[in-house]
Amino acid sequence: MSFVFYLLAALTVAGGLAAMLLKNTVHCALALTVAFAGLALLFLNLDAQFAGFAQILVYIGAVAILVVFAILLTRGSETPRDGVFSRTWLAGLAIAAAVFAVLGWAVLGSARVLPHETAVPEVTVQQIGVALVGRYVLPLEIVAVLLTSALIGAVIVAMHEKVGHEKEDSK
Amino acid sequence: MIDTCDQIFVLLQHWLVSYLPASWQPAAGVLLSVAAIVCLFPALFALTTVFERKGLARIQNRLGPNRVGPFGFFQPIADGIKSLTKEDIVPKSADAAVHFLAPVLLVITVFMGFAVLPMGRNMVLVDLDAGLLFYFAMGASAELAVFMAGWSSRNKYSLLGAMRAVAQMISYEVPLLMSSVVVVMITGSLSLTKIVEAQSQYTWGLPHWYIFTPWGFAGFLMYAIATTAETNRSPFDLPEGESELVAGYHTEYSGFKFALFFLGEYVAMFSISGLGTTLFLGGWGAPFSFLTWVPSWIWFFSKLMLSIFVFIWMRGTLPRLRQDQLMNFAWKFVLPMCLLNLLVTGLWRFMGDGWLRWVVCSAILLLAYAGMGLAEMRKQRLGPRSYRYAE
Repeated sequence: MSFVFYLLAALTVAGGLAAMLLKNTVHCALALTVAFAGLALLFLNLDAQFAGFAQILVYIGAVAILVVFAILLTRGSETPRDGVFSRTWLAGLAIAAAVFAVLGWAVLGSARVLPHETAVPEVTVQQIGVALVGRYVLPLEIVAVLLTSALIGAVIVAMHEKVGHEKEDSK
Repeated sequence: MIDTCDQIFVLLQHWLVSYLPASWQPAAGVLLSVAAIVCLFPALFALTTVFERKGLARIQNRLGPNRVGPFGFFQPIADGIKSLTKEDIVPKSADAAVHFLAPVLLVITVFMGFAVLPMGRNMVLVDLDAGLLFYFAMGASAELAVFMAGWSSRNKYSLLGAMRAVAQMISYEVPLLMSSVVVVMITGSLSLTKIVEAQSQYTWGLPHWYIFTPWGFAGFLMYAIATTAETNRSPFDLPEGESELVAGYHTEYSGFKFALFFLGEYVAMFSISGLGTTLFLGGWGAPFSFLTWVPSWIWFFSKLMLSIFVFIWMRGTLPRLRQDQLMNFAWKFVLPMCLLNLLVTGLWRFMGDGWLRWVVCSAILLLAYAGMGLAEMRKQRLGPRSYRYAE
């Protein structure tokens, strides 16, 4: 647990907290981007180059932009009328604590199951590629089908609006 | 002697760093390289602004700046002094924090891209195994800065410009990545130094650059189109078109922040041209085998400046594309050609050496290009001009 790890963890947690606590929704989205960046830097700290850069490319480069577009094109950028905290916050806190407990138990218990590795594994991009099309080809193909169906669904949703409007105009 | 010229910057770095104690030497070496990059590319940017203004002027049959210095070559100094001394106006209703951070984020992500470009033999700042992925990750982060600029200005023109710019940049990011993937497929590595090394062989005096192969040529054309759109450069510069949107997403920026946006755009142009030369034009390799005595960094920067001149030439020559024309072009023409290029590259790889694969791959690509072009043109109903007057 080095100093760099604590710094990056603080950055990630601060980004997550800011994403929850800020009043302006676009500010929250940008704070979430800071949390993503913190996660990517944590990956890089663990020498997982591919995971770190893919995190930046996908999360900051695509997901964050998607989130801000969604906020912009809906009415989310106005300050909310009723305040940001919900009335059932105690139940939410209890559920979050339960999920955290389960995750913590799983993570701490996994150290017993993994073999004792003394050296940091040198994973090259080529090994990741070979694993993706070798051992993990089924998840890869399923994810590809899922993404294709999401793309087709987006096109259909956009198309339906145009066709619906034309039908209304012709009446 | 030739090797000394070639490695002169590396030797200079080692010599300067040797004056420090051994534990400080790696960090000092990296700092020195970073300082060199941060000083060199803005200087090139200054030179490029003059070339652009003079070049565009000559294309448009006028003179361009000719008052400041000999033939106007000190114009960037005057521009720099002006932008430093101008009042920094921030609109009252603008979001001050995001308004300040947008140009900062843009400049940071754009300069990070230079860390993986091999600018000469042994002249990479960081030789990453996943170098190409790092470069594209930084490019993707720059889009967020554009959005932040447009949104934080609380100005309809800025917001429209930012949304158009981000939509354009996202649409063209897919062809950009796909046209680079073919290079990775053939080289077998994401590391930019290995890609350059794979192109540094010579057959009958001609180099093995990827642009001289059918899939490489198609890939280079797609890459060139995608980079012109990614850097919001004419003919894809609707987001910052002065006659359309005032100034697009940098309307509300004045003084040094505007200069930073300008700097960010041009330096992004440099770094993406640098990546293009690395992937398709052989990086720091010489074009003929009898010219390998010229230092490698001279070849890299010559190819870079050649790409910049082509950008300037295109800006002065081609008309601007409308937003919907631009998006149609990306999704209906460039992306299918990139996917076809992937297939053709796979075919190339598995057909083995010989003249047959050249003929087959070129035929497939040319037929697809002609076919898609004809299909798109048939849909355009281009008749005589019709006028609509206000009643």
